[in-house]
Amino acid sequence: MVASPDRRAGGKVGVLALQGDYAAHIAALRQAGAEAFEIRTRAELERADRVVIPGGESTVMGSLLQRFNFLDAFRDRILAGMPVFGTCAGLILLAADIEGRRQPGLGVMDITVQRNAYGTQVDSFRAPLATSVPGVREIEGVFIRAPKVTRVGPGVEVLASLGGSPVLVREGSILGATFHPELVPGALIHQWFLAFPVEPRKVT
Amino acid sequence: MDTVFWSARQSAAWKTKIGLAEMLKGGVIMDVTNAAQAKIAEEAGAVAVMALERVPADIRAQGGVARMSDPKMIKEIQDTVSIPVMAKCRIGHFVEARILEALGIDFIDESEVLTPADDKYHVYKHDFVSPFVCGCRDLGEALRRIGEGAAMIRTKGEPGTGDVVEAVKHMRAVVDGIARLTRLPDQELMTAAKELGAPFELVYEIAKTGKLPVPNFSAGGIATPADAALMMQLGAESVFVGSGIFKSGDPARRAKAIVGAVVNYRDPKVLAELSEDLGEPMVGIGISQLGENDKMAVRGW
Repeated sequence: MVASPDRRAGGKVGVLALQGDYAAHIAALRQAGAEAFEIRTRAELERADRVVIPGGESTVMGSLLQRFNFLDAFRDRILAGMPVFGTCAGLILLAADIEGRRQPGLGVMDITVQRNAYGTQVDSFRAPLATSVPGVREIEGVFIRAPKVTRVGPGVEVLASLGGSPVLVREGSILGATFHPELVPGALIHQWFLAFPVEPRKVT
Repeated sequence: MDTVFWSARQSAAWKTKIGLAEMLKGGVIMDVTNAAQAKIAEEAGAVAVMALERVPADIRAQGGVARMSDPKMIKEIQDTVSIPVMAKCRIGHFVEARILEALGIDFIDESEVLTPADDKYHVYKHDFVSPFVCGCRDLGEALRRIGEGAAMIRTKGEPGTGDVVEAVKHMRAVVDGIARLTRLPDQELMTAAKELGAPFELVYEIAKTGKLPVPNFSAGGIATPADAALMMQLGAESVFVGSGIFKSGDPARRAKAIVGAVVNYRDPKVLAELSEDLGEPMVGIGISQLGENDKMAVRGW
């Protein structure tokens, strides 16, 4: 298949803009050569070929997805193979399980996360991360009230870890980071995500 | 002239502080006075809560000296919610700020709502691990606070009134101030800095980038979903709602409506639905009925 020459990287990339640092993601995606736009409604979701879920507050985004009636439609698109990338709160929304709590989410990725696992804002930090992402040997990790991934399922690939905890994980067309690649220059992880093929997932 | 901007030369810690402010964008930060209210706020979709003993409307009504809240109450709220918890210290009261930092508060608000502890100086905020948010009435005040290390700015409005007019005035002053700087030739920037009472390097950066180096939220007098949407359209990146929620007839419903309004601030149809049947808003006080000595927004140097 030959892509048309004027097609931007990754097709139309929607960034969930119900709350959080969606503007930083849009800037990173545009830097990576993508056509990026904000998603606030189900109709806007339908226009996206792939979606980024930003950092912010997972409880707020989850409850707004439910309230504005597109949580299920969003989950269905992901299960049908639409590539999705969640950072921090976005990863929490993607996770199948959250330790010690129940909150509305997409629950599509076979991982367990622990929210605010490092503590409050006074414990937020930056750390260099070695990654196995092609062409990205090291990236600066910005961890802000970050979650920890405490369990990964057999189909989940760990691309970077910190202190023994996975911080960058992929399961097929689903990518998640506990840190914020959108807040550092370069948009390297975004660039890689834009090349994810649309792949149908097995529904178990 | 060094072309590396002031904000690019700040510490990694300052950038992590701004990172949290970025995460709070597009949200509503609600004043709460106990754990039960904090729970209501979180369930309604608050992006953070501000823990304080009395909402501004009560501080106004009851008078007396308003100080930092009891750490016991702050800890109860921290234990109740999973979203960030903010708390206020008095202007210039760096010991209250250190106490809040020791409690692991996510954002310290050096706030004009409390009685100022220093009539000349603000806290030197670069020295803290905790990020700070500070109020402003215009661009000069915003840049002085950023120069001291604030990682978030909020326009002050007039707290505890339920009258949005001052919030509008201050937001317009900041936005217009930024637009004006971008039109000035370099030669005029030093005099602009002198007139604004702002650090030259920040004035230079704003003139070139056309935006503040930290997020700018809105506070002080927001009482309805329409007020919140108005402030977003005028350039706020999030809103603080103080007395407007828990001084209204049906706090949970109003809180939820204001959260929805911030997401859909450009959609009048959705705003119409959200504004329906919310019960009594806070009664409020018109700004024109307020004496000069009653205004909180004038506190700040």
